[in-house]
Amino acid sequence: MTIFNKLKVAAIAAGLSLAIALPAAHADEQYFPLQSYRVGPYAAGGTGFFGGFIDYLNLINTRDGGVNGVKLTWSEGETQYEVERGVEVYERLKNNPGVAAWNPLSVGIAYAMIDRITQDKVPLITINHGRTDSTDGRVFPYVFPLLLNPYSETSGIVNYIASKEGGLENLKGKKLVVLYHGSPYGKETIPIYELLAKKYGFELQQIEVPHPGNEQQAQWLTIRRAKPDYVVLRGWGVMNPVALKSAAKVGFPVDHIVGNVWSNSEEDAIPAGEAAKGYTAITTQASGAEYPVVKEIIKTLYDNGKGNLEDKSRIGSVYHNLGIVNGILNVEAIRIAQEKFGKRTLTGDEVRWGFEHLQLDPARVEALGAKGLFHSINVTWDNHEGNGYVTFQQWDGKKWNVVSDWIAPDWTLLRPIIEKSAEAYAAEKGIKLRTSEQAEAATN
Amino acid sequence: MVEFDWLFFFEVLIGGLLSGVMYSLVAIGFVLIYKTSGVLNFAQGAMLLFAALTFVSLVERAVPFALALAITFVLMVAIGIAIERVVLRPLTNRSPMTLFMATLGLSYIIEGAAQLIWGTQVHGLDLGIEDIPFDFGGIFISQFDLFAAAVAASMVVLLSIFFRYTRVGLAFRAVADDQFAALAIGLRLPWIWATVWAAAGLVALVAGLLWGARLGVQFSLSLVVLKALPVLVLGGFDSIPGAIVGGLLIGAAEKLAEVYIGEYVGGGIESWFAYVVALAFLLVHPSGLFGQKLVERV
Repeated sequence: MTIFNKLKVAAIAAGLSLAIALPAAHADEQYFPLQSYRVGPYAAGGTGFFGGFIDYLNLINTRDGGVNGVKLTWSEGETQYEVERGVEVYERLKNNPGVAAWNPLSVGIAYAMIDRITQDKVPLITINHGRTDSTDGRVFPYVFPLLLNPYSETSGIVNYIASKEGGLENLKGKKLVVLYHGSPYGKETIPIYELLAKKYGFELQQIEVPHPGNEQQAQWLTIRRAKPDYVVLRGWGVMNPVALKSAAKVGFPVDHIVGNVWSNSEEDAIPAGEAAKGYTAITTQASGAEYPVVKEIIKTLYDNGKGNLEDKSRIGSVYHNLGIVNGILNVEAIRIAQEKFGKRTLTGDEVRWGFEHLQLDPARVEALGAKGLFHSINVTWDNHEGNGYVTFQQWDGKKWNVVSDWIAPDWTLLRPIIEKSAEAYAAEKGIKLRTSEQAEAATN
Repeated sequence: MVEFDWLFFFEVLIGGLLSGVMYSLVAIGFVLIYKTSGVLNFAQGAMLLFAALTFVSLVERAVPFALALAITFVLMVAIGIAIERVVLRPLTNRSPMTLFMATLGLSYIIEGAAQLIWGTQVHGLDLGIEDIPFDFGGIFISQFDLFAAAVAASMVVLLSIFFRYTRVGLAFRAVADDQFAALAIGLRLPWIWATVWAAAGLVALVAGLLWGARLGVQFSLSLVVLKALPVLVLGGFDSIPGAIVGGLLIGAAEKLAEVYIGEYVGGGIESWFAYVVALAFLLVHPSGLFGQKLVERV
C-alpha cells in the first residue's frame, strides 16, 4: 500500500468514525430553531413570547436535566417579523440536527413556511393564530394552530357577549361592530362573524382599519353613529391602544369593547392610559406570576440570573405566559412522542406524532404547575387545534384580571366550515386527504 | 329619501381637520430641512420616535417632567448637529437621491439605537391633558386634538416670526433661495444647516410628545412619516404654511372619504386615499399649493 493509499484509507476511516460520532454527539439533544423578533415594530411581543418559551425550555433543562434526559437546545434568528427574513432564518437553521418544531409567532412567516415544513416533515406551531383551516390535520399534517384558531376565537367572543346578555337567545336584535385590522389576519374572521350573526340573529357591521391603524377617527365616528351594543376589536400593534383612545374620544363605553387574542396584552392597554380601564379581551392563558410553573421559573432561573427577560416586571405578562404555555405544549409533545419512539432525539415526523397525541386534561395541566394558567388541550390527528378553552380578562389600569370562567367555543358548528375550507385548499393544491393510518406512521 | 345628516358630516370634517393638524406637525420637520438644504429627511419619523422614547424613559426613571423635556431637547439638538456633521456634510454636492438614501439609512440607525438604548417596551405617555370630548351641540370634539392644534398653530407662528424677523431666520431664507449666492455673501452654510437640523430636532420632540400621547410611545411612531408625505406633496415641500394647509386638506379629505366613499368600496381607504388626493393635485400643480416654483434660465 502506497503512502497515498494509506492516507486515503485513514481519511476514509476518520470520516466514517466522525460520521458515526456526529449523530451520537447530538443523540441526547432536541433542537428548537427560533425565528424570533427582538427588534423592530413588534419587538415588545417578540421578546415576551420568545422569552417565555426559552424560560420554559431552560427550566426543563435546569430542573429535570431535559425531557427524559434529552437536553433541549435552541438558537435564535432575528426576523423583525418580516416574512423574507423569517424564510431566510428557516433555510439557515433547518439543517441543524434534531429539529423538533418551528414556532415563528407570525402569520406571514407561517404561511410562507407551510410548503417547506410539509416537505421537510417538521411541525409548524402557530399557537392562537394562523390559518383556520390548518386545524384539519387531514390536509395540513404538519401545521398546528394550537389552543385557538381564529374561528374558535370568534365563537368564544360571541359566546362571552351572549353570557353577558343572559344567553345566546338574547343576542337577537343586538348590534355588534367588528373593527378589524386591514390585513389577511384581520379579514380572516369576516365570514364566520357573518355566519354567527345569521345564526343568532344579531345585527353586524364590520369596519376595516387600514394598517398600521394609527388613525381611527372616521371609523369611531361611524361606530358612534351606528350605536352598537358591543364592539369587537380585532387589532394588532398600535391599532389597539388607538382604538381604545378613539373610543373614549367619541364617548363609546370601554367596557363594551371586547378585544381578540392579539388585542389582549399589556402592550395594547398601557399606551391607552385611562381609556383602557375596563377594557375586556379574550385569552387562552391567564396573565400573572402566581401559577406554580411561573413561580418555579422565577426561583430556578430569574433568582439565579438565568431568566430570558431583561425586564423582570414583565414576568407573568400576557406574552410571557403565552411563551411559557407554548413551551409546555412543545415539551409535552416531545415527551408523548418519546413514550412511543424511545427516549432519544426524535425526528420532526416523530414530534408531529407527539403533537397529534397531545392530550393534556386539567389534571395533567395541574401536575405541570399550570392550573389556571390554561385549561386543557386535546389534539388529535385530524384536529390540530385541540379544542382550547378561552377566558376573558379585564384591564384595571395596571394589570389584567380574569372576569369569566373558561368558555368553550362552538366546535361542532365550526368543524364543517373548517373541513370545507381545508378540502377546497386540498383540491386546489392537489393534496390527497390523509387517513388516520397514515397519521399513525412516523418517518424520516 | 333619507335626509343627509349634516351634524355628522361636520363632526367628521372637524375630526379630519384636527387629525390633519397632527400630520402637519410631522410635515413641518420635513419642511425645515428641505427648505434650507434641499434634503428630504426621511429620518424625521425616527427622530420623532427617539425624542418621545427618550422623554418617556427619563420620566419613568423619576426624572421631573421639565428636566426630562430639557434633557431630551438638548439631546435632539445634539443629534441634529451630529447628523449634519457626520452624515450630510461629507455628502455636500451629491445628488438629492444620494442624500435621500443617506437619511433613509439614518432612520434605521436611529430606530435601532432608540431600541438599543431604551428597550423595546411600549410606553404610555400622559401629558396631563384629558381626552374627554367636548360636546358642541351634538358634535364631539377631542380636547387633546384641540390642544395639539393650538401647539401646531403656536409653532407655525413662532417659526414664521423666526424666519421673517431674525437675522438667523433671514440667513435661512437666503440659503433656501440660493445656496451659492448665500455662500458668496459670506453666510456660513454648515452653521446654518446645523441650526436647522437642531430646529428639526425640536419639532421632532414636540411632534413626538403629541403623537406619543396619542398612540403610545412605541416603534410604530416612526411610521407617522407616511402621513406627512401626502401633506408635503399637497402643500409644497418648502412651505410651512403649506404644511399646515396641506395637513388640514389631507386630514379632512381622508376622513370624509373613509366615511362617505369607504362604505361602498369595502372600507379601509383613508391611508391610500390621502395619496390619491396628493397625486391628483400633483398633476395640476407640481410644486404643491405653496411650494416654490422653480424657473430655470436656459
